[in-house]
Amino acid sequence: MYATEAELIAAARAGHQGAFTEIVERHSGTVYNLALRLVNNPQEAEEVLQETFISAFRALDRFEGRSQLGTWLYRIAYNAALMRLRRRQVATESLDAPTTTDDGDMLPREFVDWSTLPDERLLGKEFRGVLEGALAALPDSLRSVFVLRDIEGLSTAETAETLGLTEVNVKVRLHRARLALREKLSGYFAPMVAGR
Amino acid sequence: MHCKDMLGSLSAYVDGELEAQFCAEIERHMADCGNCRAVVDTLRKTVYLYREHGHADVPEEARDRLYAVLHLDKP
Ligand SMILES: [Zn+2]
Repeated sequence: MYATEAELIAAARAGHQGAFTEIVERHSGTVYNLALRLVNNPQEAEEVLQETFISAFRALDRFEGRSQLGTWLYRIAYNAALMRLRRRQVATESLDAPTTTDDGDMLPREFVDWSTLPDERLLGKEFRGVLEGALAALPDSLRSVFVLRDIEGLSTAETAETLGLTEVNVKVRLHRARLALREKLSGYFAPMVAGR
Repeated sequence: MHCKDMLGSLSAYVDGELEAQFCAEIERHMADCGNCRAVVDTLRKTVYLYREHGHADVPEEARDRLYAVLHLDKP
């Protein structure tokens, strides 16, 4: 219906309902997932989802088209989610608590190759909980990169723009996130490998 | 090449972003190193599992409420 993003944005600015709907349809999934993985709470993720589109649609006239609409929206969502995390930290006074660093020792410790386990073993009923638990245990700075790059499929450049990072930084964080997740999943799957 | 020397490049390797020569070095190392082979295979599988199963759809009721607060008809 809209051949280019510029047409879509122009139609929304002109007040066409269909254009707003199209923007929501295209981007609500990634906005929601980014929020959900950051705040770790479906209700708050929904609030971030609503806030994001409400404030984006209000500010649509200020969108300059230098970035893609998607990264602009995800950036709004990211900032809204971060604000909630900070508020939560202040409320629990955990700011003084030792924080997990990005650059801890990433040396692999698990060397069992569970990658060839059949899907019916990997995708058991605890599987989703294991994936989500491992992700939730990552520091926010790694989690946001991993969600956008590997789960939502944004490019390195789009992820960098959304999060205000350099592309090199995105790559480094993505790699750390993957290694940490691999380690966690290995802890769960390795014992399923025959002979252990 | 030692295990440690390739560790930092493994994501670029599984993403196919490394130069051919460096790939060949990694593959030569992996031919003799079961640990690195296991790390690469499980790293690749980890990314695959999250790609396939990590995304959560917006719950239907949340979608309803989103369209309601935006005063839009749900498609
Ligand atoms: Zn090795």
